[in-house]
Amino acid sequence: MEDILREYLPILVFLAIAIALGIVLILAAVIVAPKDGDPEKLSAYECGFNAFDDARMKFDVRFYLVSILFIIFDLEIAFLFPWAVAFGDLSDVAFWSMMVFLVVLTAGFAYEWKKGAMDWE
Amino acid sequence: MSVQVFAFYLFAITCISGGLFTVISRNPVHSVLWLILSFLSAAGLFVLLGAEFVAMLLIIVYVGAVAVLFLFVVMMLDVDFAELKAEMARYMPLALLIGVVILMQLAMALGVWETAEGVALADRPDAIAGGGEHNTDALGRVLYDKYFLLFQLAGLILLVAMVGAIVLTLRHRTYVKRQDVLAQMYRDPATALELKDIKPGQGL
Repeated sequence: MEDILREYLPILVFLAIAIALGIVLILAAVIVAPKDGDPEKLSAYECGFNAFDDARMKFDVRFYLVSILFIIFDLEIAFLFPWAVAFGDLSDVAFWSMMVFLVVLTAGFAYEWKKGAMDWE
Repeated sequence: MSVQVFAFYLFAITCISGGLFTVISRNPVHSVLWLILSFLSAAGLFVLLGAEFVAMLLIIVYVGAVAVLFLFVVMMLDVDFAELKAEMARYMPLALLIGVVILMQLAMALGVWETAEGVALADRPDAIAGGGEHNTDALGRVLYDKYFLLFQLAGLILLVAMVGAIVLTLRHRTYVKRQDVLAQMYRDPATALELKDIKPGQGL
């Protein structure tokens, strides 16, 4: 238990450095940078004319589809990881259960391809 | 105070305050960012427990993908949040009721909490799973044959999610004109052009 945490100590140190650096940079900007704001300077800049619209707008649901499909294959990879690591000690059942899993997801992938979900029109 | 204890308190406090700010921040995009901070510190807590694989999974799947999905949903909703805030007072009693119910459930769950037989609290997951040099290895040894059914069910759930997402969101736009590269390449001047020999003064 102790040794495994010792391996993670450098990451903790990196994390501390990254957070400290971030805070220092933000604070430096707050303290050092000259501030002389007026409404024109602080308003949203849109190529010279007044801003048309709010920055928040609806966008196409296809982006959502792409990211959902990404998550699904992300999870598939997550399941593949322990299987690959323990590959040498796996029983036949374990090997073939992963094959069935992959076939199921490949069927989904074929469906997705056939439906044209990956085409961007 | 050892580094381990310090790291635990650091991650625990960050996790809880991240959750708190997720609920109370006014801008929903900021809420999602606080949620990401919460996920990250939960991953830190998992590392402290010795569950490295779960920690990395939390970062890859939740921070990398689910949080982005939340951002998409927040952006896509296009809700007038000022209006929503005004309506909040109406639903406050219901929200409080649900909150109390959830709190009671948590209290009940904690009240009957028992560690399973043969598990010491300080055990790492690989000790529980039996053998293996580290976490991922230990998981790999049990997940695919001992928990065969659950694993296959997970695969089927993923399949259903994939098909469902496609059925719900995929619309083919027939009015969009697309470039068909193959059709362009197979175009033949012999069929595309026609030469007419027109006599002067007659026209076509």
